[in-house]
Amino acid sequence: MAQAAFVLWLAVTLAFVAMELAPGDPAQALLAASGATAEEIAVRRVQLGLDDPLLVQYVRYVGDLARGDLGVSWLHGRAVSRVIGESLFPTAVLAVAATAVGVGWGLTLGLLAALRRSTWLDTLVTAIAVLSFSTPTYWSGILAILLFSLRLGWLPSSGEGSWRHLVLPALVLGFALSGSIARLVQTRVSEVMNEPFVVAARARGLPARQVILFHILRAALGPALTVVALQFGFLLGGAVITESVFARRGLGKLVVEAITWRDLPVVRGIVVFSALVYVLVHWVSDVVQAWLDPRLREELV
Amino acid sequence: MIKWYKPRRRPLLRQPVVLVALGWLVLVGGAALLAPWLALGDPVVVSAERVLLSPKADFLLGTDMLGRDVLARLVWGGRWTLGMGLVGLGLAVGLGLPVGLVSGTVGGWLDVVLMRMVDGMLAFPGLLLAMATIAVLGRSIISVAVAVGLAAAPAYARVARSATREVRAQPYVDAARAIGSTEGHVMVRHVLPNVTAPLLAFAATQLGWILLNGAALNFLGLGVELGTPEWGAMLADGRGYLRDGPWASAFPGLALTLTVLAVNLLADGVQEATRPR
Repeated sequence: MAQAAFVLWLAVTLAFVAMELAPGDPAQALLAASGATAEEIAVRRVQLGLDDPLLVQYVRYVGDLARGDLGVSWLHGRAVSRVIGESLFPTAVLAVAATAVGVGWGLTLGLLAALRRSTWLDTLVTAIAVLSFSTPTYWSGILAILLFSLRLGWLPSSGEGSWRHLVLPALVLGFALSGSIARLVQTRVSEVMNEPFVVAARARGLPARQVILFHILRAALGPALTVVALQFGFLLGGAVITESVFARRGLGKLVVEAITWRDLPVVRGIVVFSALVYVLVHWVSDVVQAWLDPRLREELV
Repeated sequence: MIKWYKPRRRPLLRQPVVLVALGWLVLVGGAALLAPWLALGDPVVVSAERVLLSPKADFLLGTDMLGRDVLARLVWGGRWTLGMGLVGLGLAVGLGLPVGLVSGTVGGWLDVVLMRMVDGMLAFPGLLLAMATIAVLGRSIISVAVAVGLAAAPAYARVARSATREVRAQPYVDAARAIGSTEGHVMVRHVLPNVTAPLLAFAATQLGWILLNGAALNFLGLGVELGTPEWGAMLADGRGYLRDGPWASAFPGLALTLTVLAVNLLADGVQEATRPR
């Protein structure tokens, strides 16, 4: 918990420092479009508290954050929390779908490779795994559009609205995620197969399939989850790119737009928000791991 | 079903995969370096007469929507993309290595403070951290290199620290200290040579990450200026013309993928070559 709180504080503080370092005057940025005079901008500066000492601004900023107030977007003139909230859902849907694809595919590949160690299958899986995290999603996405949308006409190439719009983005992002999961599962399963509890299960006469499903897979699921938690940053970054490739609404479109127009409050809001989600994801992953692996329970409590 | 498995260990240059990967990197890097002296078309000149020509003898990889030679742009683009990658990697190693070495050597409160900072940085999704850096620095290829380099540095510091601590726990370090070596001597003569292999492998892995994400930032329009022959930007340029000229975005993507793949395979090769017996 202390670590999580520290990470959050650091993210919040770094975001504050970055805003201070960035060139440009927030009051001016907010009022630039309306053609405000220098006096109006000066008045606004006082209203926003930009002339206060840095420490005062920092304390106020942290206080605002604690109440869920991320400031006002310079571009949209609305609360950053609202702007982020509206973009959140499509990205979350994509992230969840891609995770499902990545875990399913990665687990299958990793398990196959470990059960057929040192065969052609093992080599093939290793090759697919390296390929999956070496391929930019913005290329595999374009190839997928070329094949499945333009040539075969099976699925729409862009936009959103139905589950069919989700298939290609989820497959592309899920494939990118699957390689690291497959690798870890492969290593973990190879280790687990030599553990006494597996040998014991076999010795008790349980059929191989049952041992694989209930003993080995269960032990390998934990590490797969850790990878998902560790790869959460990758997933979010990947979602940003994938959204751009498939012209979907979401956090990706929001952040690119915010950087292009130098809408710093929104950039800061997304950074702080993603750090918060990261901390949550790790906490959940620890809890689920403990549930899967009884040996870890004592450590957590 | 249960089989005991022993990982192999092979010298780097005895691994066929590594040789192929190295060959590709030499080819791409050499072409990028020698671009001005190669008999190539012009990478930026626009021509209305040869828009979206398919690959054939005149234009081996075709032309893009503005009639520019894709092969020429690809070769010149290597200078931007690979240059960005190397600058970014230099920054990541230049910042991460000293922090990791000092943290692992000195230990104590300094180690705790440094590693807490590193963990905090690692909590940001790398690409978002890079994006935030660009938001502060403004859009340019230098910003992209700095942004991905900064985003990669904390992970490098973490790995450098754990490699340092591992080596410092070895008996030969105790022996060196017992005969009166100073901490500085131990770091330079014993720790550095022995952390080289794992840190080299990790540097290669990070180069892959930096190339992917740096080119991604250019793809998203947050880096190089419009029309610059850079692989990520070329992909973005060509995607509006997938139906009539898929080659304009397919080839830059292929070049980037193969390069990242080669770098990652090289990282695996180094790991296999230096695996402890």
